[in-house]
Amino acid sequence: MFINFFYQLRAYGVPVTITEWMMLMEALSLGMASSSLTAFYHLARAVLVKSETHYDRYDLAFYSYFQDIETPLELTEKILQWLEKALPPRQFRDQERQQFQDWDLDDLRRRLEERLQEQKEQHRGGSKWIGTGGTSPFGHSGYHPSGIRIAGDSVNKSAVQVAAQRNFRGFRADATIGVRQFEVALRKLRQLSSKEEGPRDELDLDETIQDTGDKGGLLQLVWNRSRKNTLKVALLMDSGGSMDPYLRICSQLFTAINRSSHFKDLRFFYFHNCIYQYLYLDPDCRMDSAVRTEDFLGMLDPEYKVILIGDASMAPSELTMQGGAIDWAFHNDEPGMEWLQRISDHFSHSVWLNPIPSPYWNRTTGHYTITVIRKIFPMYELSLEGLEMAIKKLKVRK
Amino acid sequence: MPEQSSSFNGTRNYIASQELQNSVNVAIALGRPLLIKGEPGTGKTMLAESIASNLDKELLIWNIKSSTKAGDGLYIYDTIQRLYDSQFGDHDVSDIRHYIKLGKLGQAFVSENQIVLLIDEIDKADLEFPNDLLWELDIMSFNIPETGETIEARHRPIVVITSNAEKELPDAFLRRCIFHYIAFPDAEMMAEIIRVHHPNLEKNLLEEALEAFYWIRSVSGLQKKPSTSELLDWVQALAIGGISPKKISDEFPFLGVLLKKDQDFNTVLQRLHSQGKQIKTAAGIPRFR
Repeated sequence: MFINFFYQLRAYGVPVTITEWMMLMEALSLGMASSSLTAFYHLARAVLVKSETHYDRYDLAFYSYFQDIETPLELTEKILQWLEKALPPRQFRDQERQQFQDWDLDDLRRRLEERLQEQKEQHRGGSKWIGTGGTSPFGHSGYHPSGIRIAGDSVNKSAVQVAAQRNFRGFRADATIGVRQFEVALRKLRQLSSKEEGPRDELDLDETIQDTGDKGGLLQLVWNRSRKNTLKVALLMDSGGSMDPYLRICSQLFTAINRSSHFKDLRFFYFHNCIYQYLYLDPDCRMDSAVRTEDFLGMLDPEYKVILIGDASMAPSELTMQGGAIDWAFHNDEPGMEWLQRISDHFSHSVWLNPIPSPYWNRTTGHYTITVIRKIFPMYELSLEGLEMAIKKLKVRK
Repeated sequence: MPEQSSSFNGTRNYIASQELQNSVNVAIALGRPLLIKGEPGTGKTMLAESIASNLDKELLIWNIKSSTKAGDGLYIYDTIQRLYDSQFGDHDVSDIRHYIKLGKLGQAFVSENQIVLLIDEIDKADLEFPNDLLWELDIMSFNIPETGETIEARHRPIVVITSNAEKELPDAFLRRCIFHYIAFPDAEMMAEIIRVHHPNLEKNLLEEALEAFYWIRSVSGLQKKPSTSELLDWVQALAIGGISPKKISDEFPFLGVLLKKDQDFNTVLQRLHSQGKQIKTAAGIPRFR
């Protein structure tokens, strides 16, 4: 039963397993869903979804799977009301709004009526409601914010409509997020010292008792080495002008990393677009805060985990040519690419976080340099999901 | 294990949404732990109390700290006490059972009646903590090697686990749980919650306070947004202080009750300053009803 829903969920990225699916079946056989789709929606969510970051995907999967099942007959009338409520353009994103700009309400309404008419003939009672077809000018098939709005204004909330509201959108892990979530992610980045090194400064209670007991009550203290985080992190941040749109997210990451007190050592460096023979201790990248990149490499041992943050978008010459640096006053004797390669070679763990969402990497103006840099550093997008993947990568040696 | 088929539907002093009630009942019916996540102050801990009082069961609370080990919940073998006793010779130390103390989970297992067990803030503990509990929660029994005893659950306890998402919980653990995320209550629900706690509150005061509260929550850049429990305190402070409702959105009295961090305090004050006029004219804007 519903087995395709299981695969649908997985296709939408909800990590459902057989264990959970069987649990759902058990609940259903106990009659927990009380034959209502709404109850089923909540039941299945409680059993199958284990993180609020997946609620949104669950909603999408649920919507796409069950959208044709419920067909309230009063829908036709309501749609017109909904339409009036749903029209204010502030609810659409810019590019979506453009599609709609040429339509006035009457026109829209007329076309919608036509559409509904057709559907009534095809499916009894018109099982598809406003524009789930995806190709119509109403154009929302469940993925689409405007479609959600219309459903969201409904009076009688069916499960499908609740799903369509996508109340948990904000929790998606791949959405860019706040400082705290970054901190939580960063906490995974730890590396405990082994039992083999460091001072013996922790009392081993069990052994002490054992030894004291062996000595007939004469106190014998046994000490152990404590385990501490030995992780050392170096953060290299692009502070060039092209990073300005991402200032907010970068500063969130910056705050989060700064607040993570669990690193043994944490260093910050800055660069402008690409790294050459100097790195800077200040975001202004002025000469008085410059550190020779060579010295940087000498100063930090290969055990440092290096996180580079930048949009990796620049003129190809900045990356590949001598003297290609963006600042006129600055001359680089070696192309930036070589320096990047050198850094990558020196450290056994390094990643590049790019604030540009990964789907755009092939399309933005900087796609050429992004491609080149991705060959040097493993690149992840600067989102919670990306950061988590990056941290996983940082845990394994290249 | 016979299970009682009672169902949870909130209590007088705890407003649970229908969704939450469903999740609780699913967890009880399936005999699985219920994992509750949500912003701080959304009543995660209160939920267990509410379940216990609603279903008329005893509540055991196991508070998790960073040093808590999974084994502590089962039993503790008090070796030190035994050592002391052996030195003074005034107790019979040959019977290890005297020195075995059952932990909260153990107590829940041996209880005569079904128990509501709250494992509070499970994410405070070490990463491996939840995994270490899996087996015991699954088969509802454990063995004490020191005495060779096996403790088996007489009644499967209703297990409620709360998490603040400080650490990611292991997948294997999550697979066995029923999960519910308590969303932050909207103004309407919040009004209901406040009325439960302060039934005699003036309507005007409540409205003004809620408006101010949700405004503060909407200020961007707050490190810690005020939560339900802080709002409850604040409302109480306002009521006791005899603040007139009109003053609330003008002066934001007792702001320190809502905001606990200096930085947040300054952020809000700055915003108030820059929007001073708007706030004073806010009386004309239709209020939350």
